Amino acid sequence: MQTAPLSDAAKQKLNAVLSRYPNAMAACLPALHLARAEYGHLGDDVVKLVADHLALPVAHVHGVVTFYTMFRREPSGQNVLRVCTNISCMLRGGYEILGAVERELGIKPGQTTPDGCFTLIEEECLAACANAPMMICGARYFLDLVPEKMPELLAELRQTPQTELV
Amino acid sequence: MPDPGDLVTLEVDGHAITARAGQTIWEAARDAGIQVPVLCHDERLRPVGVCRLCVVDIGGRTLAAACVRPVEAGMKVATASPLVVKQRAVLLRLLLADHPTPCTRERTTGDCALEAEARAAGLLGVADSDSLPRGPVRALDASSPVIAVDLSSCILCDRCVRGCNELQSNDVLTRSGKGYGTTITFDLGLPMGSSSCVSCGECAAVCPTGALTHKPLGAPLRPRAELTAVDTTCPYCGVGCALTVQVDRAENRIVYIDGRKNGHNEARLCVKGRYGFDYTTHPQRLTRPLIRRDTHYPKGGLSADVRGAGAGERGRGRGRRAGGHVDYAEVMPAFREATWDEALDLVATRLGAIRTTHGPNALAGFGSAKCSNEEAYLFQKLVRTAFGTNNVDHCTRLCHASSVAALMETIGSGAVTNVFHDIKRADFALLVGTNTTVNHPVAATFFKEAVRAGTRLAVIDVRRPGIADHAWKFLRQRPGADVALLGGMIHVILEERLYNEPFVRERTVGLDALAAAAAPMTPELAEKISGVPADEIRAVARAFASARAAMIFWGMGVSQHSHGTDNARALIALCLLCGHIGRPGTGLHPLRGQNNVQGASDAGLIPMLFPDYQSVTDPVVRARFEAAWGFALDPVPGLTVVEIMQAALEHRVRGMYMMGENPFLSDPNINKVRKALSALDFLVVQDIFLTETAEFADVILPATSFFEKTGTFTNTDRRVQLGHAALAPPGEARLDWEIICDVATRMGAPMHYDGPEAIFNELRSLAPSLAGLDYTSLEGAGRLWPGDQEILFGDDFPSGKGRLVPTSFAPARELPDAEFPIVLVTGRLLEHWHTGSMTRRSRALDALEPEAFVELHPNDGTHLGIAEGDFVLARSRRGEIVLRARLSTATSEGSCFIPFHFREAAANLLTIDALDPVGKIPEFKFCAVALSRA
Repeated sequence: MQTAPLSDAAKQKLNAVLSRYPNAMAACLPALHLARAEYGHLGDDVVKLVADHLALPVAHVHGVVTFYTMFRREPSGQNVLRVCTNISCMLRGGYEILGAVERELGIKPGQTTPDGCFTLIEEECLAACANAPMMICGARYFLDLVPEKMPELLAELRQTPQTELV
Repeated sequence: MPDPGDLVTLEVDGHAITARAGQTIWEAARDAGIQVPVLCHDERLRPVGVCRLCVVDIGGRTLAAACVRPVEAGMKVATASPLVVKQRAVLLRLLLADHPTPCTRERTTGDCALEAEARAAGLLGVADSDSLPRGPVRALDASSPVIAVDLSSCILCDRCVRGCNELQSNDVLTRSGKGYGTTITFDLGLPMGSSSCVSCGECAAVCPTGALTHKPLGAPLRPRAELTAVDTTCPYCGVGCALTVQVDRAENRIVYIDGRKNGHNEARLCVKGRYGFDYTTHPQRLTRPLIRRDTHYPKGGLSADVRGAGAGERGRGRGRRAGGHVDYAEVMPAFREATWDEALDLVATRLGAIRTTHGPNALAGFGSAKCSNEEAYLFQKLVRTAFGTNNVDHCTRLCHASSVAALMETIGSGAVTNVFHDIKRADFALLVGTNTTVNHPVAATFFKEAVRAGTRLAVIDVRRPGIADHAWKFLRQRPGADVALLGGMIHVILEERLYNEPFVRERTVGLDALAAAAAPMTPELAEKISGVPADEIRAVARAFASARAAMIFWGMGVSQHSHGTDNARALIALCLLCGHIGRPGTGLHPLRGQNNVQGASDAGLIPMLFPDYQSVTDPVVRARFEAAWGFALDPVPGLTVVEIMQAALEHRVRGMYMMGENPFLSDPNINKVRKALSALDFLVVQDIFLTETAEFADVILPATSFFEKTGTFTNTDRRVQLGHAALAPPGEARLDWEIICDVATRMGAPMHYDGPEAIFNELRSLAPSLAGLDYTSLEGAGRLWPGDQEILFGDDFPSGKGRLVPTSFAPARELPDAEFPIVLVTGRLLEHWHTGSMTRRSRALDALEPEAFVELHPNDGTHLGIAEGDFVLARSRRGEIVLRARLSTATSEGSCFIPFHFREAAANLLTIDALDPVGKIPEFKFCAVALSRA
């Protein structure tokens, strides 16, 4: 499927971003954020589009996109659950939280529920160790999680999805 | 910043050493004879310090990476203290845990750097590295015909990424992912073979492990220590890359090729130079002299493609074979094997008889820009003495004859005025009609590098070349509009008084005439003719004129027109007007095509010039050559390539000697060439394969390939380099220079030489430009003529003042019309060379580009009902071919592009044999054709 070209509004924003940086490579990350806002995820077509617009090698943009786990390369659910399993969270039961979400939703990390409501991602440290175990969904931090309460929390998110920030 | 001239004293492993300020510890130690182990660094690459194997103890809080840490005065460095050794061992153990020991590199060329370091550290085969946890084995990628990818061996040292992005500036490779899952990937994570990789092999050349390795081509890969290294140059383009051939002497085969670090190419190579060598041991090599059987007269083509068999016989349309080189079963029955004596006697007798009966001018010879300077020199000497005519020419006529004519006329020297490397000192470069990344790939890597360092490129072409991706501006002009477009630029520079007034006053003549010719060519008129917006013309003209130092590079897009000389004159005028010549970063550089087209021209394979561009009409010059050669010489300039074919058609030329040229595919209007070749009373072809042209021969002499000969070759820079024979010739094949000597001697012009050095010395004695070049001094990077000067004409020109020659726009000879509405532009591909006799017999190159195609714009495709991959019938007033369609926006609407390498769909069946009146170059870049679905 061919990706639609960037909207005029997005192009304007992109050019504004470009003008703030010394070169196109420096503007790569903000450009990708804009592209994500426009298309929701950064598939190969979008990566090519950004590379073309910035006149950067497509391989370079691909490298950046794959380095940052918060860029999604496939379409994701309305809620992207980012569950931390790094050391603090692991010690405080991060894997139990992850397991609870997997059981409740029937998906593994990297997958999206068939109804398109949730995407589950296992994250490295999200910088909230004092409240481990934790996860992020959209702009919200969910702290001091306990496995038993996860079904309730997921039901709430199903009602009021937390989309990812631009 | 320390001054690089400053010296620093430090201590390494207890030895006091002196290093240059700014050097790294690793470099300083190496210069002092202490080799610090390293995996991620190579002297050609920017150091990044990622492998950490080179850490040394400098008494700091942590160990320091020697490959990136600069030396400091008084520094105390321990490169092998117990701490350093322990740390290194830990690193090696971790790397070995995932390494498939022995890896592909160790099993083939035996030089896996990781395994070598591990062996040195006593860690190979030690049980504990096996006890570490291992990651999953990563998949192999065999999709590239030339490079094997095994990411299990990858240590993420980034050498390949830097080789691809910084040395070759191809930007195909990157690191992707994060943490343990990080890998190197191609483009968007594609298999190598489907990515934009151009197969230059730099990644495999710099990779320290088995992650990226060359695939074997014709011989199993083996360690360098078991092979013989022979220094020579590349047999393909005019860049003339220096390379080292790794030869298996027992098998008489090339195993692989390395770029040479002491060459001007800095060890860089392209796909042809690195992987296009196995043609030399192809089973179709000629090994015995051949004489045409009586049953095969009257003469004509033998194979279906060369006979010009009807479309029905060739199986037009779907199901047509993919093509390839000639089927010997089709052509060999026409010939019988002969001894050298019989064949040479026949050649001498028949050519001699034609000379006696019809006069010397009934004979002609085509030499070759693929042969050495010595062979070119002897060949023209043979034609001028034994034949007694100046009818000697070669394929320079088909590539830069117009450029040379214009350069001779304006500045009095036909060669480049500065070397291509000089672009790094230019702040602006104008590239016109050169598809540099395809036709001069290694020069293009230096152009791209210059762009990264700040040089601005403006690219002018009818078809978007790859180098345009690196350009500040790409101006797409209509085919044939060059003179108008360049005239528009000259108009702007004159009107806005942007030219270099002191330079024009002191160094040039002809400003008034130039100004008068340029006055009507306003940018608006130039826009109307060329299709390039007037403001773009102004912008590029201003940028060129106001640059501190600017260079002009051009290629066949400029020269191969019926107005090719005018195109070159306009470029030269631009350059002279702005004074962009004779200083660092300024000059005129027509990128020469063949590996020795500069040298073949220098050596006199030109009908109007003796060696070193000395006119045959000048009585003083002629007297000197007559004295040296002991023969009376013809004072009348001879015929050029296309004129010779015309003369053959009219029986004015009756006997021909072709050394390594294949005009049946390389000359325009092949249907006419077929008649001309058939009409010859006698044709002797000296070549390594039975070429299309050889099908018309009476005698075929088996010659030696590039890798079997020793001699000198002159690249586009005027750089004379020495190449050494790497292989023994197959069967009874003989050295070209020896064959020439035998023919000449049999024809009454005795030639006896001890070898290439003696021949080169004779050439040198008659060519003042080459005088200073001692044969043995041509090893390594070679030497430039004249006098090793990179930049010429700082004070004056050989012609005194530079001439500004006015030009006025004239349309191409055959314009599109209702019946033939599309403009055909011919050209070349990265993977192939000229008539394909070498590259289509190179397994890797043939696999990469196996098939003829016509490239057209998608909108034209829609309009004509032609889809990607369809078979297309391409017709012109002169012939027709059937080939596949490729749709691409690189070609502009209303025109199409066909490469001329493919015998089964020869582009030159379509081209027109209209000539430039001065350079006598054919108009390969413009004729009218019609395209339809076949």
